[in-house]
Amino acid sequence: MAQITLIEAVTQALAYEMAHDDSVVVLGEDVGVNGGVFRATQGLQQKFGELRVLDTPLDETTIAGVTVGLAVQGMKPVAEAQFEGFIYPMMEQIACHAARMRNRTRGRLTVPAVWRAPWGGGIHAPEHHSEANEHLFTNIPGLRVVMPSSPARAYGLLLAAIRDPDPVMFFEPKRIYRQYKEEVPDDGEALPLDVCFVLRDGTDVTLVTWGAPVKECLEAADALAEQGISAEVIDVATLTPLDFDTIAESVSKTGRCVIVHEAPKTAGFGAEIAARVAEECLYDLLAPVERVAGYDIHTPLYRLEMKQLPSTSRIVEAARRALAAS
Amino acid sequence: MSIAAKFEIEYLQYLDAEGNQVRDDLPAFTQDLEYMVKLYKLMMSTRVFDAKSIALQRTGKLGTYASCLGHEAAHVGIGSAMKPEDVFAPSYREYGAQLYRGVQPREVYMYWGGDERGNDYQNEPARHDFAWSVPIATQCLHAAGSALAFKIRGEKRVAVCTIGDGGSSKGDFYGAINIAGAQQLPMVAVIVNNQWAISVPRKIQSGAPTLAQKGIAAGLYSIQVDGNDIIAVRKAMEDALERARNGEGGSVIEAVTYRLGDHTTADDARRYRGEDEVKEGWSKEPMKRLRNWLVAKGVWDDAKEEAWKAECDEWMDSEVNAYLETKTQPVTAMFDYTYAEIPADLEKQRELALALEKKAH
Repeated sequence: MAQITLIEAVTQALAYEMAHDDSVVVLGEDVGVNGGVFRATQGLQQKFGELRVLDTPLDETTIAGVTVGLAVQGMKPVAEAQFEGFIYPMMEQIACHAARMRNRTRGRLTVPAVWRAPWGGGIHAPEHHSEANEHLFTNIPGLRVVMPSSPARAYGLLLAAIRDPDPVMFFEPKRIYRQYKEEVPDDGEALPLDVCFVLRDGTDVTLVTWGAPVKECLEAADALAEQGISAEVIDVATLTPLDFDTIAESVSKTGRCVIVHEAPKTAGFGAEIAARVAEECLYDLLAPVERVAGYDIHTPLYRLEMKQLPSTSRIVEAARRALAAS
Repeated sequence: MSIAAKFEIEYLQYLDAEGNQVRDDLPAFTQDLEYMVKLYKLMMSTRVFDAKSIALQRTGKLGTYASCLGHEAAHVGIGSAMKPEDVFAPSYREYGAQLYRGVQPREVYMYWGGDERGNDYQNEPARHDFAWSVPIATQCLHAAGSALAFKIRGEKRVAVCTIGDGGSSKGDFYGAINIAGAQQLPMVAVIVNNQWAISVPRKIQSGAPTLAQKGIAAGLYSIQVDGNDIIAVRKAMEDALERARNGEGGSVIEAVTYRLGDHTTADDARRYRGEDEVKEGWSKEPMKRLRNWLVAKGVWDDAKEEAWKAECDEWMDSEVNAYLETKTQPVTAMFDYTYAEIPADLEKQRELALALEKKAH
């Protein structure tokens, strides 16, 4: 079986679902002949035609609103925002219509749509191409915010997102698009949404993260293991609706919680997890909750951008601080 | 000089303000006088409905309400030309078209009366239409997306959206007509130009002499009609829908009318426009001309007018009663339509709200 990268897993999931469900369509800028600027839709237009893999006019608002219209008519559109930094014009259609259509029509009309966006920093891209803004969507009721962190989870979660009856934001960490390959059977098996994945069992400290920093958290767990510290690593995967039970179970076991994310710290989604830990696990905590997050700054241009991202050493230090506190 | 492109915008009117025919080539549907009476009756029931809504608001039985006074020809013209299988994506205020497509007055009252179930239209074909959009012009893209779905599936259906003159300033409108032109989508965008976007007049919205010509830039058929002349509105709609259904592309229709009322019941238009202008608006209102025309044809008279008015009153009274008798939704309804299946986390909040509710009683 072929080994594939995360971006190839995205393509594989799209191709599988388009082949098995005529209502699935892909739309966005450059998704057609060019196969997307990251090649996520490579070969799809040749296979499924110009209407099902539609190059739209260059207008994010149009992409988002047309997606709502398609979905209400029973299609399952997968829209691409070329970069997460260009997603802001889409937000009105997502927040005011996609996410609330079911509620405001009491279930009469629904929006089973997916918005994919390459997400996050670390690829030396220009301004507005390296943002971490998932937390702007996690406060919108009626929406799912999903972020894969491996080829297998990209495949399984994207299938689940397309099949979900409600709108899903699917943020793809572009820094790990081609980081490594793994075997991903093209069997159409979806992974569950709304659950966290425990990537590594541990007993001393829980590292809670999502997206690209999963890599640094696993590295940190290795480094900590060498120091005799056993770290559990949780990939949140679906930020909202949040599976807090998995996090609570782990934190209650380890007594220590380090939350790691790329987005600016203040009011980032880590704040929500920290608050929930305080609400529900306070008496199991052996140390204050740690957050290793982006600073509250604009993503720097590429010479400094790695300084903004949570590094393995910052995560290791935070875990050691938590260990030292008790 | 070489010219890259040239265009003109036709203005369509059949009946002047007094109901005189200004041209002889009336469209075929006008020969069915029974049908023309039906259109007039629906315009009248729309007006009675509107007056009833305002009365409800003024007596504290309805929240903020956006009146459609003066728009009856435009709305009924749009609704009557559409086929059941078509899809309507309206802005708020397009009641005449919506009533034609089966929306019940009680549903409109419910929505403005604070109950989401008002958007759960029970009757076809309204049941597969969009509920009106509150954020301006956003519905235009829903029509474009619907039209794209019809094109992909090879269905002979048309998506129709309405926006105001103010709405035609928004990117969503431009985006919708732009993709409709680029993809030859079966879509018709009707700009119901009532001259006012709350307090901002038409001339501040755009320097273009017509709003219809915005469609030219998108590659769509574009026409301006007298929006108070239902024959003109319906004829332009009929042509636009046929072209769209036959795969010949979309249209922009600018229906020029006048907002005789305030923007909503929360607005006081006297703050920003003069009485003379409103008086002038009343002199061109849409009901009188069609009534005069029907009277001249011998198919309408004062007695019929009175009888129909009484029927409308009776209908609206029963709708009002149905609305007033509607019980408030249980508190759990706030939660139950957020997702197809309630997530575990949200279920806990739902239980909390339910427990608080039980405690309060």
